[in-house]
Amino acid sequence: MDQVEKILETRELNVNMGPQHPATHGVLRLVLDLDGEVVVNVTPYIGYLHRGIEKLGESLSYFQALPLTDRMDYVSAMSNNIGYVVAVEKLFGIEAPERAKFIRTMVGEMSRISNHLLWLATHALDIGAMTVFLYCFREREWILELFEKICGARLTVTYPRIGGVRNDVSQEFLDSLYKFTEEFPSRILEYETLIDQNRIWLKRTVGIGVISAEEAVSWGLTGPTLRGSGVPYDVRKHAPYDAYDRVEFDVPVGSEGDTYDRYRCRMLEMRQSNNIIRQCIEKLPAGPIMAEAPKLVLPPKDKMMAVTHPDQKHAFFIDEKVCKGCGMCLRACPAKAIFGEKKKPHKIKQEFCLGCMNCYVTCKFKALKIIPGGRGLGDEQLAELAKQPIPEEITKATELLAEHFAYVKRGPRVPEGDLYVATEVPKGELGFYFVSDGSGKPYRMRVRAPSFVHAQVLPRLCIGHLVADVIANIGTIDIVLGECDR
Amino acid sequence: MITTEGLINFGINVVIITIKIAIVLGVTLLHVAYATYFERKVIGHMQVRLGPMRVGPHGLLQPIADGVKLFFKEDVIPENADKVVFYLAPVIFMAAAMVNLSVIPFSYNFVIADINIGLLFVFAIAGLGVYGIFISGWASNSKYAFIGGLRSSAQVISYEIAMGLSLVGVMIMAGSLNLTDIVIAQQNSIFGIFAIPQIVAFVVFVIAAIAETNRTPFDLPEAESELVAGYFVEYSSFRFALFFLGEYIAMFIMSSLGAICFLGGWTLPWYITRVLPFLSYVPPVFWFLIKVYFFIFFYYWIRATVPRYRYDQLMAIGWKILIPVALANIVITGLVKIIL
Repeated sequence: MDQVEKILETRELNVNMGPQHPATHGVLRLVLDLDGEVVVNVTPYIGYLHRGIEKLGESLSYFQALPLTDRMDYVSAMSNNIGYVVAVEKLFGIEAPERAKFIRTMVGEMSRISNHLLWLATHALDIGAMTVFLYCFREREWILELFEKICGARLTVTYPRIGGVRNDVSQEFLDSLYKFTEEFPSRILEYETLIDQNRIWLKRTVGIGVISAEEAVSWGLTGPTLRGSGVPYDVRKHAPYDAYDRVEFDVPVGSEGDTYDRYRCRMLEMRQSNNIIRQCIEKLPAGPIMAEAPKLVLPPKDKMMAVTHPDQKHAFFIDEKVCKGCGMCLRACPAKAIFGEKKKPHKIKQEFCLGCMNCYVTCKFKALKIIPGGRGLGDEQLAELAKQPIPEEITKATELLAEHFAYVKRGPRVPEGDLYVATEVPKGELGFYFVSDGSGKPYRMRVRAPSFVHAQVLPRLCIGHLVADVIANIGTIDIVLGECDR
Repeated sequence: MITTEGLINFGINVVIITIKIAIVLGVTLLHVAYATYFERKVIGHMQVRLGPMRVGPHGLLQPIADGVKLFFKEDVIPENADKVVFYLAPVIFMAAAMVNLSVIPFSYNFVIADINIGLLFVFAIAGLGVYGIFISGWASNSKYAFIGGLRSSAQVISYEIAMGLSLVGVMIMAGSLNLTDIVIAQQNSIFGIFAIPQIVAFVVFVIAAIAETNRTPFDLPEAESELVAGYFVEYSSFRFALFFLGEYIAMFIMSSLGAICFLGGWTLPWYITRVLPFLSYVPPVFWFLIKVYFFIFFYYWIRATVPRYRYDQLMAIGWKILIPVALANIVITGLVKIIL
C-alpha cells in the first residue's frame, strides 16, 4: 500500500514559458509550476536581450550614447531619447530653448500614444480579442508615419538632441498631427466599443492581478501600473521637465489596482496625451531649436554643411613644411588616398579623394589646407592655390566641423559630479544616473528601467491564479524586454 | 435467396452510394479549403485589412497554395513521442469528423446513410473525435500539448452534454432521431422551424457547438497566447493539416446539425413560400447551404469580436448555466407536448 502511494504521488507540472513565446512580449522566460491549471510558482528569468547598454555608455561620448537609448524601449524610442537628453542637459547645466521643449513634449506624447496602442493591441490579443490588435495598429501606423515625416525614422528615431532637437518641425507636419488629434478620440471609442464593457473582457480583467497602493509603492512600480492602484504619482506633474508645466493635463488613477483599472488608466492617458499634443501645437512658440551653448551642443549643421558636403568639389593639400608625418590622416582616410612614410610629409592622391574631410579634422598640426573647387587639379596647381588666403566662411565652417568632430568623438568638457534625473516614459519612471569625472564620457551610466522593476512583481501577481491570468498579468504591467535587460 | 434481380439492385445501390460519397467528400474537402479562405477574407475585412490578395486574383488560389505547402513540408516527429499513437491521432480526429458526413441529409433523399439514429450517431462519432485530440496531446510528450489535450477533452466532454440536452427538445418535438424525419417534422410544424419554439435550446446549441469545435471564445485548447497551439503543437506537415481539416469539417458538421435541427434543413417555412411562391423553385440544397454558411459566418464573426474565456469560466458556463438551462427546456418541452 505504501508503495502504491509512493508511485501515485502527485507533483507540480513544471512548464517553461518563453523565451520564445507569443505572449511574453519579447524574450521573457517564465518557469511556471502548475497544479492543474493553477499557478503555484513563477520564476521570471531575464537577460536574453542584454546588450550592455550601460557599460557601452561608459566608452562612448554623451552624444554617441544617444542612439543606444532607442534600443532600450524600442516601442517608445522617442520617450527614451527625451529621458536621456533631459538628464544630460541637466548634467551639462544647459537648457533647451522654448520651441525645442514644446516640440519634445509633443513628440514625447506621440510616443506615449503609440506605446499605449501597442500595449493595448498585444494585451487584447493575449486575452483573445484579435480585432482590437489590428485597430490599434492602424492608428499606430499613423503615428509612425508622422514620426517618419518629422525625422525620417519610424521606430529608432534619435530625434531629440542634447540642448534641443535635431530639426525644426514643418507646418505640414503640424497640420497632419493636428488632424490626427482631431480624429484619434473617436478611434479610442472604437476600441472601447469592442472591449470596454465586453463581458468576457471584464471577466478576464476585473479582480485579476490585484495589487494594493502600499504594496505597489513598495514594489517600486511606477507609471500607469502604479496609478492603477490609485497612487497619483507622475513625474510629469511632480518634477516637470520640458514643457509639461505649461500644458494642462490630468493624471488618471484607478481604485482597485486590478488589470481592468490599469487598462482604464492607460485608455484615459491616451486621451490626455492627445490633449497635450493639441496644446503643444497651439502654444508652439517661434525661436531657435538648439541651445546657445558652444562646445556643449552640436554646432549648427546648416553653417557646416556648406563646406563639408562632398558635392562641394573641394580638394585638400598637405603643407610639407607643417606636416610631421604622424600618420593620423593616413589612418583616417576611408579611400586610402593618403600615402607616405612615417616622419616624412605625406601626400594625397587627388584622384582617390572623396572630399570627406576626415583627414582635415584629424590633423593636429593643421597641415592640411582646404582648396575650394580644387577637385581634379594637379599637385602643382594646388600648391599654387594653397598659397592664397582661404575665404572667411570656409575657415569658420571648417572650424565648426572640427568642433563637431571633437564633440561627437571625444565629448565635451562637463562638470564633475553625479546626478539622477527621472522622466515619465509611457511605461513608468525612466531614470538616468550619471557619474561624471569631467571627461567627455560618463564614468558610470545607470538606467532605472521601469520594465526591469515591473518584471519582478510578476510572481506576486500570478501565484494562485490560473495559467491564462499569467498572460493577462504580463500584459498589464507593460514590459519591454529590450528595456528590462538593456 | 439471391436472385439476379436482387444482385442488380444491390449493384445499383452500391454505385449510387459510391457516387454520393465521392460527391460529398469532394465537395466537403473543397469546401474546407475555401472555408479557410472565406474565414480569412471575412475576418480581414472586419479588421480593416484585405486578407489574402497575392495568390491568384483576390487571393483565390491561396487555399491551394497552402495545401501544397503543407504537403511538401518536412514531417517532424519529436524524438520522445510515442510514434504509433502519434501517427494515429490525426487520423482518428479526421476520420471521426468525416464519418459524420455520412448521415447529414443535404437535401431530400440526398444522404449517404439514412439511418434511424442519425442524431445519436453524430454525437457518438463526435465523441470519438476527442480521442484524437487527447491522444495527440499525450503522445507528443510535450507539456504544452498535454495541457492542451487535457483542456480540450474536458471541454468537449462537458459541452457535449449541454449540446445533447439541447437537442432533446428537438427530438421530443420531432418524435424521431432520424435527421431527415426531423426536417420533415419541422416542415409540417406551425412555425416551420424549431428555432422559434425551441429558442432556448437553439441558443444553448449554438454556444455548445462553438465550444465543441474549439473555436473562439472557447478556443482554450489551442489558446495561441498561452499554449501556442495546444494539443497539435508538435505536429507539422500534413499531420498538422489533418487536424486543421478535421476542425473545419467538425465546424461544417455542427453548422449542418444546427441547420437541420433548428432551421429546417433544406426546407423553407410555409409562410415564406406562401408570400413568395417563386422561392419554392430554387433547389432545396441551396437553402441548406445558405443556412450552413450563415452558421459558419457566425463562427467567424464571433472570432473577430470577442476575447477568450478562461478555463474555469468556460467550465462554469458549461456546467452551471448551459446544462441547467437545457434541462429546464426539456422539462418545459415535455410538459407542453403532454398538454397539447
